[in-house]
Amino acid sequence: MSGIHRSVEARAALWFVAPALLLIAAFFVLPVFMGAALSLTDFDLYTIADWRALRTIGVRNFTETLSSPLFRTAIRNTVWFAVLALPLTLTVSLSLALMLNESSLRGAAFFRTVFFAPFVTTIVAVAVVFRAVYHAEYGLANWALGVIGVAPRDWLGDPVWAMPALVLLRVWKSFGYYTLILLAGLQTIPRELYDAARLDGASPWQRLRAVTIPGLRPSLLFVGTIALIDALQLFAEPYIMTRGGPARATTSVVLVMYEEGFRWWRMGSGAAIAVLLFLILLTVTFGQRWLERRWRLA
Amino acid sequence: MIGWRRASLWCALLWVAACGPADSVTELRVWGIGREGEVLRELVPAFEREHPGVRVRVQQIPWSAAHEKLLTAHVGDVLPDVAQMGNSWLPEFAALHALQPLDALLAESTTLRRELFFDGVWATNVIDQRVVGVPWYVDTRLLFYRRDLLTAAGWPQPPRTWSEWRRAMEAVRQTSAGTRYGAFLPVNEFEHPVVLGLQAGAPMVDVQRNRGAFRDSTFRKAFAFYTGLFRDSLIPALGNNEIGNLYQEFARGRFVFLVTGPWNLGEMARRLPDSLQSAWATAPMPAPDSSGVGHSTAGGSSLVVFRHSRHQKLAWQFVEYLSRPSVQLDFYRLTGDLPARTDAWRDGQLDREPRLRAFFEQLRHVRAVPLVPEWETIASRLIDQTERVVRGGVSIDSALAALDRDVDRLLEKRRWLAEQVAR
Repeated sequence: MSGIHRSVEARAALWFVAPALLLIAAFFVLPVFMGAALSLTDFDLYTIADWRALRTIGVRNFTETLSSPLFRTAIRNTVWFAVLALPLTLTVSLSLALMLNESSLRGAAFFRTVFFAPFVTTIVAVAVVFRAVYHAEYGLANWALGVIGVAPRDWLGDPVWAMPALVLLRVWKSFGYYTLILLAGLQTIPRELYDAARLDGASPWQRLRAVTIPGLRPSLLFVGTIALIDALQLFAEPYIMTRGGPARATTSVVLVMYEEGFRWWRMGSGAAIAVLLFLILLTVTFGQRWLERRWRLA
Repeated sequence: MIGWRRASLWCALLWVAACGPADSVTELRVWGIGREGEVLRELVPAFEREHPGVRVRVQQIPWSAAHEKLLTAHVGDVLPDVAQMGNSWLPEFAALHALQPLDALLAESTTLRRELFFDGVWATNVIDQRVVGVPWYVDTRLLFYRRDLLTAAGWPQPPRTWSEWRRAMEAVRQTSAGTRYGAFLPVNEFEHPVVLGLQAGAPMVDVQRNRGAFRDSTFRKAFAFYTGLFRDSLIPALGNNEIGNLYQEFARGRFVFLVTGPWNLGEMARRLPDSLQSAWATAPMPAPDSSGVGHSTAGGSSLVVFRHSRHQKLAWQFVEYLSRPSVQLDFYRLTGDLPARTDAWRDGQLDREPRLRAFFEQLRHVRAVPLVPEWETIASRLIDQTERVVRGGVSIDSALAALDRDVDRLLEKRRWLAEQVAR
């Protein structure tokens, strides 16, 4: 009796989730497989004109992409961006979370809102403002440097400084979100642990290392993973602010993918880059999981 | 029973309301790009007056998105009837079979004849022996220079040949004790090596065999001349985003020559201080040697009619209207874009103005870049290799060999398609 009952229930449940599953299949699973299939073809302009011009070319898109100097530049740039952005984001958001967590701080709710504002502002509006901030002659950034006696620079026109400029923009735009997650993590750490540490005579620095960081480990790992994936998917900032320049210094992997696919209309090769990026992200995420496990055992 | 009758009456009413006005008005959809798209709206009312019952709907799209938008519109089958199209995109859209060949319409036309247009510009509109567009406005690059500084360096006349040009730049360098450069040709613009290559008669792409031809002696000569200017510090090795404000630097005399296009006629007049307004001039490009003429690129925008348009005849009439000399002159006055028809230049006496006359001369000596859809990609690869030579110290021969390898790879599909057709 109960068995029949359960199967009826299961069938009902299936009907309830069916619409969602169908949508996921149509708009997520199917495109992923189509993209993977596309990466093995030479889908391009001539294919749009005439379907008979489509050839399956095996892994040629992959070998050509991997051997292209532009793709290697893009990988280098993207890794450089992540290397700069990740520690900076973590430091800034952790410091601010600690600050907001101090019960002595007045107006914490106000700051929480203010810090979150950049995250919910659209990137296009932010980019327009930052272009003004980074202006070589009239920009706020150069004015600030002038105040502390540092020579001005052409932030977005200089191949050396363009990427750091985009990193600062990214950190400013995203720290609010990470601060909020870390703050939530901080509030799960029991007060008693701090009191006990204080009784044992632990300095603030020791309390941070022995109580806060271990207690915050899951949140930190989550923030680290998300921020890293986000950094490796760098696109909007260079697309709007620099178009990949100057001298390709801000050309990211996703920007190359976009240009291959939608500027030069070489969909096959664009799809191959997407697959490569997917593999990179997968490896990085698994690498982090592995580190996490080791950290937990230690 | 009554309900049924009332419902059918309502239906009839709705049907009349929905179809009535639509029948009497034909709508012609037109896409214009950037500032030209904006100005196009002002030219429409006169056409609508001549064609009662026709409404022209102009949609403006920004330059930065135009190419993508046209392509996606083609794929989605929502292209308009008529559009403005940069003439370097014509080979691509012809390959997509998106453009209506205009040969038959041209043969019947009483107002449009091939001979009325600049030769080199017209050539960019002929793809595989078919006319796919009508030049609307034209664009080329030539010398803008500081006459005062050039005269001070001992050159009262602009240079006519490459060797004169080089010597003039050396003179500028020497007489200014190295504070001025000869010219500013941004390293990240492909137009400069391409113009010099066209002048030397370089094919750049072998369109018969679909292979790169940058190693050809003609292009090698042009490329060696060009990169030599950087090597000998006659030109600073900077990109166009590394110069700060171009007009301020030109006014300050950081360099004497620029190679640029008609849009800068207006910009220079607006942005240079009054004291310098008589100090700058334009001149046609110097030639490789004294026997030849200095050619330049045949740029600009064309008007195209799309194959799927249901108003082919009306679309063609609109193109004819925009090509009238009087409308071309109105358009020139609104935008500063140079007319594609030589008779419009004469009617408007544009060739009397000295700075414009240099453009008129130049436009009679323009050449098309290789008419393959991959050209823009190829040009972007040319910049990469130029930067390797100028900034990376790579030798000319190995850079050009790498470029040809790249181009051969890009054109593999065309070679395969040509083989299929041959079979």
